[in-house]
Amino acid sequence: MSTQAKPLAQAPSREPATGDAVLTRALTRTYRDGRRAEVRALAGISLRVAHGEVLAVVGPSGCGKTTLLELICGLQAADAGTIACAPAVLMPQRDLLLPWLSACDNAGLALRVAGHSRAEARARASALFAELGLDGFQEARPRELSGGMRQRVAFLRTLLAGKPVLCLDEPFGALDAITRGEMQEWLSRTLIREPRTVVLVTHDVEEAIVLADRVAVLSPRPGRVIEELEVDLARPRARTDAAVAAIRERALLALELAARA
Amino acid sequence: MRRRALRALPAVVLAALLVGGWELYVDLAGVEPALLPAPHDVASSLWNSGELLLRNFSVTAEEVVLGLAVALVAGFALAVAIHLSPLFRRAFYPLAVGSQALPIPVIGVLLVFWWGFGIVPKLAVIALICFFPVVVTTVDGLAAVDPDQLKLLRTLDASRWQAFRLAELPAALPAALSGARIAIAVGVIGAFIAETTTPTSGPYPGLGREIITDVNLQMPRAYAGTVVLFGFAIACFYALSLAERKLAPWTTRPRGEPH
Repeated sequence: MSTQAKPLAQAPSREPATGDAVLTRALTRTYRDGRRAEVRALAGISLRVAHGEVLAVVGPSGCGKTTLLELICGLQAADAGTIACAPAVLMPQRDLLLPWLSACDNAGLALRVAGHSRAEARARASALFAELGLDGFQEARPRELSGGMRQRVAFLRTLLAGKPVLCLDEPFGALDAITRGEMQEWLSRTLIREPRTVVLVTHDVEEAIVLADRVAVLSPRPGRVIEELEVDLARPRARTDAAVAAIRERALLALELAARA
Repeated sequence: MRRRALRALPAVVLAALLVGGWELYVDLAGVEPALLPAPHDVASSLWNSGELLLRNFSVTAEEVVLGLAVALVAGFALAVAIHLSPLFRRAFYPLAVGSQALPIPVIGVLLVFWWGFGIVPKLAVIALICFFPVVVTTVDGLAAVDPDQLKLLRTLDASRWQAFRLAELPAALPAALSGARIAIAVGVIGAFIAETTTPTSGPYPGLGREIITDVNLQMPRAYAGTVVLFGFAIACFYALSLAERKLAPWTTRPRGEPH
């Protein structure tokens, strides 16, 4: 039965010996899609994310970015290669807020799952609402919230899972351009207050550069790392900064070369 | 309150038109009263036999409410079992479908042999007639949960039980309530079948028995009893719609009308 929760794939629970938060070596993942031929999603991904670092992963659609995050979170197992990482939590592309719970209950979902009482989960979630610009919306149901607010509640839910590594899968992909810009600024400020190790997947190269310490560029499927770019720029950064534009050019060039190859 | 009364207006107007047409038909065509009594005869019978009908109605109402409660609990539990166990689904689903074709008089004697002349055999019959729509809609509701939502709960380390309680159960609730509405609509006729197939020892056998007796002797009262059942089914249906807004307030239903 498809809805049955499968046991977690071999969760990469062991932290890497190197002291990094995430360390993958030559990760390979192939899907067998029923009648159709095999689909190679990842072809040897080697990545290293230091504690407290924000790594952005950019690449064309279908290059296995989501697969990579699910491997890090232990939702899938790799076919080959090794992966070691600190406990990680996934923030999926869609906010997936539960429509029958209030914003506050949705944000505290991980705490309730971990066995805390509903009152305690609500109290701890509610305390962070003001900080995330959501004060006064604790009792709102998800459908009463705007897209940006829903995304913030989803982020808060991810944060409160209390895991050192956050895997964000295109967190702002579904938002309009103006809201997306605001949310990037907001995430950047929030990460200064709540420092975490972040693996951010996006197809928006500028978003990657504005938010991340380092950008890994993936090739079209099967995905592999074709370029790693340090973003050694002061925060906050603007999309229009010359330095941001310069790094963007390098990333786009790498993507273009990979697409032609 | 005024707006709610206004919303009932179309139904009242239509009912009035139908009753008016019925009255005219009986008067003008000279229909035999034993065949179809005129509405004014039914109304006076309703008035004159008010107490008899009311006492019988309270017996039937208790059967319907308790029988539906049994049907809802059993239907929901069976749906959960079907959802969780593919083996149980394969074993049980065909039998559940088949049970709906069961002519009740065939088992009526057995039910009375088991449980006597009280309310229990009636509840069994009503539950048997009403559980099926609850099972079907709830099974579909449980299966329609967003798989990504279950995946999300897994990344938050939720157990199978937590995923069920936090995601699948509330997701299935609106569907289960739709099933309950269908069950309520057939519950009243279920009580009629129950009363006419399993005998009762009490002083008032219930409205169903009363109607069957009256059909042969006193047609206007049979119609008066039918009017009471008619109104009761409608009242039950709207009571559930009201409860639904409390139980599943996240489902939008513009202007609170049952769909």
